Amino acid sequence: MSDLRQIAFYGKGGIGKSTTSQNTLAALVELDQKILIVGCDPKADSTRLILNTKLQDTVLHLAAEAGSVEDLELEDVLKIGYRDIKCVESGGPEPGVGCAGRGVITAINFLEENGAYDDVDYVSYDVLGDVVCGGFAMPIRENKAQEIYIVMSGEMMALYAANNISKGILKYANTGGVRLGGLICNERQTDKEVELAEALAARLGSKLIHFVPRDNIVQHAELRRMTVIQYDSDCQQAQEYRQLANKVHNNCGKGTIPTPISMEELEDMLMEFGIIKSDEQALAELQAKEAAAAAAAAK
Amino acid sequence: MSLDYTNKKEFHEKLIEEVLAEYPQKSAKRRSKHLGVSDASASDCGVKSNVKSVPGVMTIRGCAYAGSKGVVWGPIKDMVHISHGPVGCGQYSWSQRRNYYIGKTGVDSFVTMQFTSDFQEKDIVFGGDKKLEKLIDEIQDLFPLNNGISIQSECPIGLIGDDIEAVARKKSKEYDDKIIVPVRCEGFRGVSQSLGHHIANDAVRDWLFDKTDPVWETGPYDVNIIGDYNIGGDAWASRILLEEIGLNVISQWSGDATISEMERGPKAKLNLIHCYRSMNYICRHMEEKYNIPWMEYNFFGPSQIEQSLRAIAAQFDETIQQKAEAVIAKYRPLVDAVLAKFKPRLEGKTVMLYVGGLRPRHVVTAYDDLGMEIVGTGYEFAHNDDYQRTSHYVKDGTLIYDDVSGYELEKFIEKIRPDLVGSGIKEKYPVQKMGIPFRQMHSWDYSGPYHGYDGFAIFARDMDLAVNNPVWSLYQAPWKAA
Repeated sequence: MSDLRQIAFYGKGGIGKSTTSQNTLAALVELDQKILIVGCDPKADSTRLILNTKLQDTVLHLAAEAGSVEDLELEDVLKIGYRDIKCVESGGPEPGVGCAGRGVITAINFLEENGAYDDVDYVSYDVLGDVVCGGFAMPIRENKAQEIYIVMSGEMMALYAANNISKGILKYANTGGVRLGGLICNERQTDKEVELAEALAARLGSKLIHFVPRDNIVQHAELRRMTVIQYDSDCQQAQEYRQLANKVHNNCGKGTIPTPISMEELEDMLMEFGIIKSDEQALAELQAKEAAAAAAAAK
Repeated sequence: MSLDYTNKKEFHEKLIEEVLAEYPQKSAKRRSKHLGVSDASASDCGVKSNVKSVPGVMTIRGCAYAGSKGVVWGPIKDMVHISHGPVGCGQYSWSQRRNYYIGKTGVDSFVTMQFTSDFQEKDIVFGGDKKLEKLIDEIQDLFPLNNGISIQSECPIGLIGDDIEAVARKKSKEYDDKIIVPVRCEGFRGVSQSLGHHIANDAVRDWLFDKTDPVWETGPYDVNIIGDYNIGGDAWASRILLEEIGLNVISQWSGDATISEMERGPKAKLNLIHCYRSMNYICRHMEEKYNIPWMEYNFFGPSQIEQSLRAIAAQFDETIQQKAEAVIAKYRPLVDAVLAKFKPRLEGKTVMLYVGGLRPRHVVTAYDDLGMEIVGTGYEFAHNDDYQRTSHYVKDGTLIYDDVSGYELEKFIEKIRPDLVGSGIKEKYPVQKMGIPFRQMHSWDYSGPYHGYDGFAIFARDMDLAVNNPVWSLYQAPWKAA
């Protein structure tokens, strides 16, 4: 138990957190690690590629049916997937009702109290979107995850979200000991993507732990509800995930307390990289364009 | 008014200084604005009110849910009031506030019963709308004679964003346009129960008025009693007098009220409001929309009763005015007998009050009538307009304390050592342990009514029972020399 490693994946919605985390964890099994995945998303799709099916029996739905979470048995919710990876989903309400954040808290407490964390080497939390409320910060709080991996890309909003999540980590870093493990850049083929990701990581006092190139094989595997590791174990992309898994595995205890930056600093950084233009620059270009148009009209 | 005395202004000012000296600087600065000494020439009491309590002090205030369920809606007897959320709020407000009513509890009246959706973890996570629907169905099944349902929101309803309005609309349609009222009185809203009163008044306006067209033959003397919750029968003691002077009380808001009474409220010629703080909102609305004038009155103690009866009668014709005089004359012997018996026993005794939003000023003259002197008074949740209405009730130099903390009140009582303190259950036992007589002035200490002439006789007796109880002469331990 003492050397149980708890990690969590955060990042902007749709960035590929679940895909990246499941592929990485599938590769981690090859290092003889026993793994438990805790999906913290009401959509309950964090374990689909490991189980090769969408998990139906989430903690909260079963608890609601049974009356309360105390009426549940661990076996009811714990499923075994690819190469004995244990999977559990917190589940939660349909969009627009209730309190999904409270659901995450309930589910995680249930798992801990019922010994779901015994006899595993890794617990990995996959959390939806941004840190939206206290409930979704649960894996960051109270000595749960030791390292947080932020999945991001070169897109503005992904960078923004990464910075925001760092703020959430910072809030609990001193009280609970959580650290930022690093950034994982999921290639979107935007301008100067690696440089930008590395620059942001440096600003946050962290590092870009791996740059995952874009490969359509991920999509092929996903359509078959599989990780790339399972779908085509020898392909280049599988190697990428193995590298990432190795880096994560060797990153134990090397997390840092993040140093999030202000919105202005973030914008300045994007300007430095020429991703967005400064007001003066934009104005100058606009004037040049107008002048050109006027000149053309004068002819 | 009737009684002539002044209070020790300088002593009170020094007392405030002493009390504030114990606070950290920031808190002292904030609290200093809520403590004052009345000045006869000022238009208000010079204290700030209706702002957030200082964190860390023991405030005596309630919450918005208490203001809506406990005060405004709860007393309506033929409705079922659901405490929507976890069980505690409903459990600890079970039985209501001694709002007396006539009816068969559990058959056609439900005031003292507790209905709650008893939220569990899964209701928080998945939302409680379905449970609420089921609860309403069960109420319809088990209590078919209920004439309406109100949904009193507890804190979590606002946090998880349940759509109780949609449930109310759906179920109302299902049960033949039944009156189902969602009230957004989550406890965390506002600074005290006062916002709960306002929200509850607004819910009456939005979900009760104009939903039905009550068939009602109107007469020239139709009036509503507004803001009388019939604590220990107060509204009944008031109603008798109004009927005796020839008025036709068509509804009581909301003590011993039925939903149909309230629905026909807008048909009255005049609104008579006793508790201004909790129901002025609906009076203003009825004035704007239905053109019904409203006036405040005070039925505590004979001098205010006489003034009020005359002022009310002045709104009507001569027959009413003559009857009012006749009623005043009729009760004079009763008043004289009460005063003859109790005034000599109570004259010159000093009183400190700390009550809700009306009584800190309204009962002052009842004490005056008995020759008792008010040395300090304060409100839990008054607004500035209440303090404006207070200054002419209190004498120069009276200690005024707004949203007083447990510490401040205890210190004030300890230093002033009045002959009687009138406040609530939480204050009762500490005060009595100081060796000072006490009467609960929220619940009338399980007595009442205190309104009207009948009420005054009981009020005088109760004050005498408290002040002159022989137990207080035994307070000193025999082995300790006095």
